[in-house]
Order: sequence, then C-alpha cells, then structure tokens
Amino acid sequence: MTLALPAASRSSSWRQPSILPGFGLSLGITISALSLIVLIPLAALFLKAASAGPADIWAIVTSSRTQAALRLSFGAAAFSAIVNAIFGLIIAWVLVRYRFPGRRLLDAAVDLPFALPTAVAGISLAAIYAPNGWIGSLLAPLSFKFTIPLIDLSIGFDGKVAYTPLGVMVALIFIGLPFVVRTVQPVLEEAEVETEEAAALLGASRLRTIFRVILPGIVPALLTGFVLAFARAVGEYGSVIFIAGNVPMVSEIAPLLIVIKLEGFDYAGASVVAMIMLIVSFTLILAINAIQAWSRGRLGHG
Amino acid sequence: MSVAVTVESIQKSFANFAALRGVSLDVQPGELVALLGPSGSGKTTLLRLVAGLEQADGGRVLFDETDTRQLSLRDRRIGFVFQHYALFKHMNVAANIAFGLKARPRLERPGNAEIDKRVSDLMELVQLKGLERRFPVQLSGGQRQRVALARALAIEPRVLLLDEPFGALDAKVRKDLRGWLRDLHRRTGHTTLFVTHDQEEALELADRVAILNEGRLEQVGSPDDVYDHPATPFVCEFLGEANKLPVKVVGSQAFFGDRPVLGGLQQNQGGPASLYVRPQHLRIVDDAPLSLPGVVEDIRRNGALRRAEVAVQGLAKRLDVDLASQVAPALGERIRLRITHGSLFAAA
Repeated sequence: MTLALPAASRSSSWRQPSILPGFGLSLGITISALSLIVLIPLAALFLKAASAGPADIWAIVTSSRTQAALRLSFGAAAFSAIVNAIFGLIIAWVLVRYRFPGRRLLDAAVDLPFALPTAVAGISLAAIYAPNGWIGSLLAPLSFKFTIPLIDLSIGFDGKVAYTPLGVMVALIFIGLPFVVRTVQPVLEEAEVETEEAAALLGASRLRTIFRVILPGIVPALLTGFVLAFARAVGEYGSVIFIAGNVPMVSEIAPLLIVIKLEGFDYAGASVVAMIMLIVSFTLILAINAIQAWSRGRLGHG
Repeated sequence: MSVAVTVESIQKSFANFAALRGVSLDVQPGELVALLGPSGSGKTTLLRLVAGLEQADGGRVLFDETDTRQLSLRDRRIGFVFQHYALFKHMNVAANIAFGLKARPRLERPGNAEIDKRVSDLMELVQLKGLERRFPVQLSGGQRQRVALARALAIEPRVLLLDEPFGALDAKVRKDLRGWLRDLHRRTGHTTLFVTHDQEEALELADRVAILNEGRLEQVGSPDDVYDHPATPFVCEFLGEANKLPVKVVGSQAFFGDRPVLGGLQQNQGGPASLYVRPQHLRIVDDAPLSLPGVVEDIRRNGALRRAEVAVQGLAKRLDVDLASQVAPALGERIRLRITHGSLFAAA
C-alpha cells in the first residue's frame, strides 16, 4: 500500500495546509453563489449606469433633487442608527440585567420589526403619527427646531411627524432597532458582572464603571449593530414611503427616487442613483468595519 | 494601615437557601486567614459580605471599630482578587493596575508621575516587569493572577480578600504562587482573608484556618490546631484523610467490638462513639495489647508514601495505613495495628 503524498506543485503559497477538507469546494460554492446573487447584478448595474454617458451621469449626480434625496437617505439613516445604538443598548441592558414580569414578551417584541412586512409598519406608523393620529395629535401642539450638525440636516418641527423627514427617521428607527439589540445582547450576557464589582471595589464611581469598564467591552458589538441598522435604513423603502409624504426635495428618499425614475422608463437615471448609493454605502460600511476591526484587536479577539 | 476585621453573627439567605447561619470570626490586623470548606459551605458568600458586595440579613462586619455598613465600597478600601481575576480586558496591564488610583476623586488622586511610579513598583513586586503594555489575553493564568493582585494592592487596601486565588491554575503554578503569596504577605502585612476549598493550600498558607460547613463555622484555629485537634467529625474528615471506627467507650478505654484499641482516655462519658484515626497514626506492631488485627489487601504508592489497605473483621471499609519507612508487609499478611493518635467523638 502506498500513501499518496500531495504534490508540492499543487499547493500554492496562499493555500494553507489544513486538516479540514473541502477548501476548494467551499470557496467555489461561495464565489459562485456570491457572483450569481450579488456580484453579477451589481456589475450589470454599473454597466447600465455607464450607458448613460459621462455628461448625463454628472447631470444626475449634481441635480438638486438627487442630492436632496441622497442627503435625506444617508442623513436619516445615520441619525436613526445612532438613536438605535443608544436605545438598543439600553434595551439590551435591561433585557440582560434585570428580571421582571413580561421580560420574555418584551424580548420577543424586539424582533417584530424583523418579521412585520415593512409596508404594514409604514402604514401603522403613518396612521399613528399623522396629525390626527394617536401620537401625532399629541405632538401637534409642540414645536421646536434643530439642526443635526456635520450632515447639515435641518429639521423644523412644526408639530408634524408624518409626511416630514422626521417621519422618515421614525420609520428607520423602527426597522433598525432589533439589529442593535440582537448584536449587543449576547455580548452583554457574556460580560462578567465581576469586572463591574472589581471596578466598584477599586473606588470607581458608577459613571466611571460604565464608561471605562462596561462600554469599551461592547463597542465592537455596538458598532456591528450600528452598521447593520444603518445599512438596513439606507436601503429601506417599504415603511418609509407611507410615512414620508414623499415631497421632492424635502421628504423624498433615494430609493423612492429610483422607483420614480424607473416608472418614467429612465433606466439609466435610476441605475446612476443606485450606483451612487452603492458606492457611498460601501465606503461607509468599509470604514466602520475598519474601526471595528481595530477595536476588536484591542480586546484581543483579532 | 491594616485593620482588624470582626464578623459578628452574620446571616445570609438566597431565596430559600441559607448560605450563612450565624458566623462570627475575628481577624487580627496583618493576619492571614483561610476560609476553608466544601462548595456550598458559604465561604465565598462570607468573603463577599466582608467586601460589601452582598448585604447581610443579620449581624454586622466591623473594620476595627467601624461598622462597614457606614462605609461606601470605595471607603472600605478593599483589595479583592476574584477567582477568574475579572481583569479589564480592554486595558493593558499598566492601565489595569493604575485603575484604582485614577478612579480616586480629584483631590485625593496622585499625580500622573506618582501613579506611574506606583504601577512600576507594583509590577516589580509581582514580578511582571516588562509586561506593562500587554493585554490580559496575552498573559498566562499565573500572570493574570498576579496582575489582579497588583491591581488590588494599588489602592493600598486595608483588607485583602482573595476568592479561590489559585483555583483556576494548574498544580505546578499553584505551588509556586502559594510560596510567593506567603512571602508577599510577610513583606506587606495586609490583613488577608482568602477562600479555598483546597485544605493543603489553607494549611500551608494561613496563620489561622476557619472551616465552614453548611453556613456554619466548624472550627477556627492554627493549622496545627485544626489538623491535630479537630473540633468536630466534619473537620476531621475534611482535613486530610481519616479512618472511621465505631467504638464503645468504657472507662478510660475505647473498644472496637470487644477488643480495646485505644487507652488513656480522659472523657468521662462512656457509650458509643466514633474514633477517627489518620493513616499516619496507625503503626504495625508485634505486641498484642491495644491492637487491631487485620489482613493487608492492597499496597499503593501515594506520593512519597506507600499506603496499605488493611481489612479488619467487623469493619466494612478497609483501613488506610501509611507505611512511612517501615518494612512493607506482604500482600495477604496478617498484621496488628496500634493506634498512636485518634480523635474521639460521641456518636450522635
């Protein structure tokens, strides 16, 4: 009996010897599936966009309506992801740390935005936040004005939530919430209560314990949740269009602009807007992943 | 610096489980006391109560004359080393050790240069010089243990509390660290309480050993005291090994069956009793009076000693006999055993 030794020429330098078989097979399946489902459609999108010609592309990119839609989509997505990061963290904390009646019910309710058809969510939110809705009628007498710094998104709150950019954010917060809760929850569950006790015995105040001991440990998970919520919010369509009112230049999101262009048979125009969204999203997510890899490395997970 | 710790009839229950049922303990300043007991005996609960991490249902804990309920966790100034170290994973070794100093209120907080110096001194004390920039995951178990200790010592604690300090380490490292901790205690002189379930560790390290069982203190005393003069059958069985013989006391002698096995007793009360005899307190003898006949059924090696298992008629369990340097009997040989030392407890 002879043992067949793997020929040296067959194993190239990037291929690590492993006791687990099937590297070639699994990589092949991965690439094929990714190509069929993600890469080829995206390539087609770029080709279609390119067919518009440089001048037309530039005109679409610089048109004020496109820019307003993109600013709203990314701005509102970023804002709602930040809100979700904060509230999702608090919800996860409460679910993990405290035992109270109805906890499991609340835990299950967190997943509802995942399961609910987005159109249903949008219609419900629109009905409730409309000026004559349950919450909308309560909010109507209130009004204030603030500007989100950095992204220069100004929100004049005139007592209306539905059919304004604020409505867009409400919908995006709704659909993004489970992402943060579900990524942070397991990390909090694993965190040792003992490290908090150690901090307290070493004389740290509660605030110092939270900001120096607890939070740094969950930053990577929180970032993951943030990215997921953000990505979901950027691409969200169904729930937003019902509550946004879709006023061009004011509460029209980029995905809706794409649909409008498609309905007008402007395929090239639609794919140009889509391409911009793709590039911006990809860049942002890549950047956040890099931050995340760095912070994970500091924790010694990397 | 170090304070005396006084525990006064502490009680603590969790749900329906009574973890501590009235425990009192005095610890002198600078003393090293081991809390020893099987799991579930309440030793860790007692340690956490002294630390202030649990609230007692009854009784109190004093540091010198001060009731600790009047002190915040910070003011108690306790150095606590957790069983699994509880190091801050996202901080390097130096930052872990400096944490307690940096967490002080601004007025009491030493300057940065002073903190650096203290950290550097502590790194030297725990023999980790050069590892300041490492993160906890990059350290071995023994190193993490020492970082945890340095972190606890940084706040100049009045009491040092260690929860199973060597529980998660392998046998060799435990032995090394044990000697090292004994040394460290001699140099720094902190009042120290440590929890362990390892009797060897407790006897070797501690000035005094407090033995807990089912939420009660069975005995407190020096290692020699508790080992040689156990106050209860539990202590006798828990510390080291012991053979148990059902005997009957008549006058000054204990009888196994109708055979006297131990004389010179001073107990006044006669009647049934349990006689506990350690394997090293059974000697093979030739002469007949006060001895126990038996048959050698097995001989095993137990570290430095050889141990014979001797079957005695009327006793279900074989007796363990340490053979020290005596000439070993052969398997199957009939021998006589003399009890040189035993602990007698009236049968319950």
